[in-house]
Amino acid sequence: MQEMKVLLVDDEVDFTSAIQKRLARRGLTVKVAQSGEECLSSLEKFPADVVVLDMKMPGMDGLHTLREIKRRHPLVEVIMLTGHASMESAVEGMDQGAFHYLMKPADLDELVYKLEDACKRKEIRERKIRSTDNGEES
Amino acid sequence: MPDRQYYRSLHRSMAFTVVLVSLMPLALITLIGGYQYTEIYKGRVMAHLEEIVHKHEQNIDTYLLEKVGEIRVLADNMGVDCFLDEGKLENLHKSLMKRHGGGFVDLGLVNSYGIQVAYSGPFRLGLADYSQSVWFREVQKRTVYVSDVFLGLRGVPHFIIAVQFESEGKKWVLRTTIDFVAFNQLVENIHIGRTGLAFIINRRGEFQTKPRIDLSAEVPFLRELLQKATTDAREEGSFALKKARDMVVSTIAPNPLTGRETIFLSTPLKQGDWLLVYQQDSADAFSDLAQTRNLALVVLLIGVIAITFVAFYLSKRMVKRIIAADKEKEMMNEQVIEAGRLASLGELAAGIAHEINNPVAIMVEEAGWVQDLLAEGIDKNGNTDETKRALTQIRTQGARCREITHKLLSFARMIDPTTMELQLNELVEEIIGLSNQRTKYANVQVETELARDLPTIAASPSEMQQVLLNLVNNAVDAMEKEGGTLTITTKRDKDDVLMTVADTGCGIPRANMQRLFDPFFTTKPVGKGTGLGLSIIYGIVNKMKGEISVNSAVDVGTAFTVRIPSAAKTGVPSDENAEERG
Repeated sequence: MQEMKVLLVDDEVDFTSAIQKRLARRGLTVKVAQSGEECLSSLEKFPADVVVLDMKMPGMDGLHTLREIKRRHPLVEVIMLTGHASMESAVEGMDQGAFHYLMKPADLDELVYKLEDACKRKEIRERKIRSTDNGEES
Repeated sequence: MPDRQYYRSLHRSMAFTVVLVSLMPLALITLIGGYQYTEIYKGRVMAHLEEIVHKHEQNIDTYLLEKVGEIRVLADNMGVDCFLDEGKLENLHKSLMKRHGGGFVDLGLVNSYGIQVAYSGPFRLGLADYSQSVWFREVQKRTVYVSDVFLGLRGVPHFIIAVQFESEGKKWVLRTTIDFVAFNQLVENIHIGRTGLAFIINRRGEFQTKPRIDLSAEVPFLRELLQKATTDAREEGSFALKKARDMVVSTIAPNPLTGRETIFLSTPLKQGDWLLVYQQDSADAFSDLAQTRNLALVVLLIGVIAITFVAFYLSKRMVKRIIAADKEKEMMNEQVIEAGRLASLGELAAGIAHEINNPVAIMVEEAGWVQDLLAEGIDKNGNTDETKRALTQIRTQGARCREITHKLLSFARMIDPTTMELQLNELVEEIIGLSNQRTKYANVQVETELARDLPTIAASPSEMQQVLLNLVNNAVDAMEKEGGTLTITTKRDKDDVLMTVADTGCGIPRANMQRLFDPFFTTKPVGKGTGLGLSIIYGIVNKMKGEISVNSAVDVGTAFTVRIPSAAKTGVPSDENAEERG
């Protein structure tokens, strides 16, 4: 299996750097972004499989960013990180096409499993698209 | 809480209003109805009396005409010879007595010289000379004459009917004496009530009948009445004269005899020679009316007393209810304020939970990182340094948590609604500190312009906190979509403190301005806002004798200005209280 590429989006630098280190140790390629805007711009250069997105951020908030990601990169999977009080935004995020949501602070192992699941789904969908494309061509 | 004076005046004005409103129609009905009834009743009584008098007038006239008619029949048919014969005359007289109920006391024939030549009757008058009598002179002029009542030759009250007739070229007069008692009875029969009585007077004011009581003192007055009746008739002309003879004239005047107001009814008799007078005291004639009036007055009085009593009793009960309701309302207000405080706290808590969540998440991750490192082996290259860095990070984040919890605790501690002297600027700083998480995520820039020389205000810290927190929350809500700038300004205005909380948010539509401070008015979706915030602020500011005003333009922003009197103006609560709180 190809190495998973993950983009971490959170306004707390200390938080993202800690997670980045831990995920990197588990063999994942991790990049960080501190805001929705940064997330979108780095997605242009960095072909991430999964985006881990904090819902509550100053500036462009999580839902807004999610909508943009889904519009620009429909195949990229998104896992949301939410606070306790923002279950509503979590539900809305799921409606908008997020893969899953996790309560903050999340267990790292759980996050890794979810990341793998998301990756798998992405691969399957990519393969499907490719085969239909081929079928159409032949 | 309104004082006793207020409730007392409320009670009074309520009672007076009820009394006034109830009594006005009652009094009007009584007055109008009473007046109308009195007029109608008086009219009826007068009409009734007039009718009676009129009837009797006719009776008396008929009686007299009858007597005259009978005598004339005799004079026309019997011939002088028959009267001259004493035996025949006596038979005639007896027959008259028998057939006409004893009205004719005697019967006599008088020759043209006034000498009575024949006589039948109890007085044995024989050859009396009437040549000087008034009636004899009158009958020669008028042919038929009915005299006034007089004592005459016999010294007994009587009156005479005399008829002149011609026989064989000689003039004779047939005269008869009419029994005064029988005639008197005709009039005496008119006897109504206690004081109602009737009598007949002639033109000179002499009584023709004998009234039940002595009325001689009334004579001058009656004469006047008589004159008036006749002059009235004369003034009206010949046609009216004739009519006036039949008419009953009524007067209500004080009776000179008794001094009481008396009704006089008079009608002419015997072609105006006599006057039938009926008199009765007004009080007696209208005694039923007086009774009715007294009854009405008693009922009115009872009504007034009952209404007054009920009005006072009811309004007292009402005011009691109002007092109870006011107390309840006050308690409710306190509860609403508390509920509102909790609601704004809840909003705050959501922000704080997120704020506390971040350092916790970092700590969890750093701890996990350390575990990872330990699993790898602490002595491997650089792992020790990395562990140290991670632990420092955990400490830093822990300290961050502690700071947040301290802030919250200091907020929660101040729930005492007691008024104390406090500096508004400090409170503003505190609220901004509490809200910075919310403002940060809503992209709101917070700016403050706090006057340094701001006087202290006398307020409850928790209530003031609520005012500020609600205003700030509202401002942030208004700017949530696009961010903006929140400006809190405090300044001194003479003895007042002015605080303005301005935002650059969506503004308030003009239509909502009117209801802005109404409880439960909210534009937020169901479940998001209670609609209590501004109404609570309004209540709190009002309680402090302050004012709150709003200035807003859609899509430009809103500014709430709160004016609070300084502590120096309102009077500072005692130091003892402030110290107790610590």
